[in-house]
Amino acid sequence: MKDLRNILIFVLMVASIPLWSDSGVLLNFVMTSLYACLLAQAWNVLGGFGGQFSFGHALFFGTGAYVQAIAQLQWGLNPWLALPLAMALAAAVGGFVGAVSFRYGLKGSYFALVTLAFAEVFRIVATSVPFTGAGVGLMLPLRESAAHMQFGSRAGFVWLMLGLVTIALLVTAWLRHSRFGACLQAVRDNEDAARAVGVNPFQVKLVATVLSAALMGAAGAFYLQVYQYIDPGIAYGPHTSVEALVGAIVGGMGTLWGPVLGALSLHILADLTRNLFGQLPGINMVIYGSVLVLIVMFLPRGIAGLGVFTPRQWLRGQKGEK
Amino acid sequence: MFDFSILFPSVLNGITTGAVYALIALGLTLIYGVLHIINFAHGASLMLALYGVYLLKQHWGVDPYAALVVMVPAMFVLGYALQRLIINRASHGKDENILLVTLGLSIVMENLALLFFKSDTRTIDTAYTLSTVEIGPAFIALPKLVAFGGALVTAAVLLLIVQKTDLGRAIRAVAKEKQGARLMGIDVDHVYAMCFGLGLACLGAAACFLMPAYYVNPQVGNGFVLVAFTIVVLGGMGSFAGALLGGLLIGVVESLGGLYLGESLGQVGIFLIFIAVLLLRPQGLFGAKA
Repeated sequence: MKDLRNILIFVLMVASIPLWSDSGVLLNFVMTSLYACLLAQAWNVLGGFGGQFSFGHALFFGTGAYVQAIAQLQWGLNPWLALPLAMALAAAVGGFVGAVSFRYGLKGSYFALVTLAFAEVFRIVATSVPFTGAGVGLMLPLRESAAHMQFGSRAGFVWLMLGLVTIALLVTAWLRHSRFGACLQAVRDNEDAARAVGVNPFQVKLVATVLSAALMGAAGAFYLQVYQYIDPGIAYGPHTSVEALVGAIVGGMGTLWGPVLGALSLHILADLTRNLFGQLPGINMVIYGSVLVLIVMFLPRGIAGLGVFTPRQWLRGQKGEK
Repeated sequence: MFDFSILFPSVLNGITTGAVYALIALGLTLIYGVLHIINFAHGASLMLALYGVYLLKQHWGVDPYAALVVMVPAMFVLGYALQRLIINRASHGKDENILLVTLGLSIVMENLALLFFKSDTRTIDTAYTLSTVEIGPAFIALPKLVAFGGALVTAAVLLLIVQKTDLGRAIRAVAKEKQGARLMGIDVDHVYAMCFGLGLACLGAAACFLMPAYYVNPQVGNGFVLVAFTIVVLGGMGSFAGALLGGLLIGVVESLGGLYLGESLGQVGIFLIFIAVLLLRPQGLFGAKA
């Protein structure tokens, strides 16, 4: 209940931003931050709660983006109808990858490698087959109207993104309080023990992968609607996979607000360096990589692990649970 | 289509490329076999080594093969320092952390290279870059032939170190039983770092052999890293002979895939092998059943 209340407060606060400000810079910042939150939260479902570290989450992101584009360009579907389809097909890819990986008992480094390899296979196939526009990519024609999910102002995109982030937050809150979430975390902490008390690890991990992939697919579809262009490098390249996992790990895996916090702080950090050093190629990723190493080294539980976000403990000066 | 005069050069080409793949995979398999960690920064480290060879040639006119004397010790020191100062400290004894830290390191290395060198693809010119040697109906580039020989020699040296020296005995002891080795007075952290150093030294050698016939850009490591993982998995994690044979096999598969499916789709063959081996035979073709 407390989680639901907090989510409601968060949503109301963010939703009100476009009402009192029409600054393009601010709204753009809010939109891209929310987008980063969605990536991190999607990774968190499988990586944080399920303990399965995927290095190739771009696989689901890219699939969502391509389905969203192809559904409109080649099947003439309305983008509002394409979005659930994009999520469903990304989830299907997640189901396939999860099923083969977990059926054969891949975990830890092996799972990370196999997801990376799948993303790479999809990237190469996308550059080679005609219906993805090959190396040239796909461009969405400009049709500015809410009916075509191409809003005239950033406010529309902020609300749309906020809706998707809310879904991700609700899924995470459900994982924290439901029987399924408890099973998933049990499998993460000790798979053999979980099996011994009657949990089916294969099924539990598979469902987590599908949920995570669907959220990632939504992020891909959203990306396409905002930037109206997708190519194999953007879709399946390592950048998105890294952004998703670093956001979740920096914020704190397996928590509700950690990924939101992580994505937001990374985003602010990236913006600050852009102001300090200008548009240098690669500087963002240097920061992401360094922060990842430093967090794993000094704050393995992420920012949320600091415990500062339970005000009562903070007031008492406690460091939170160890 | 299956004409010998087309097939033979392609296979030969694949074998010579495969030897360099094997050299890269040897370093990876050594690190995996002993530390039981997957070094995600392997490709990025190779990229750094390639830039090292490039800079030595461009600024001081050092021949790539003479650069071996500099690059192998330099990469060894880099590897030792990385493991001792960063990876070991950040791991907190958990494999997942090592995976994340090496991923972070690779991102940092790759993008620092992008900052300093831009994304331009660079090559070096040597007197022998375009020389070829005739073998039967095939012409093989001289640098590739040298790389083939160099890879075999490096593999032999590595094997000697692991089998015959005190360090090698310590490495094998730590790989088998970490706690026991520690009780026998072996400095485990030092052995780990030496292993990591040796693994990266292999990359230093590989970079010297690769550069005359290849190119370098900040993303060049990505292409190699999955190939190297494929070879290590195919050959059986931690097996030297497996890495060598796996490397040659992958080289030939890539070459034939490129011949019949085209350059970009040919690469898919490698990844499909990788996924299939991971799923169906994770102990590798030559590895013992776990």
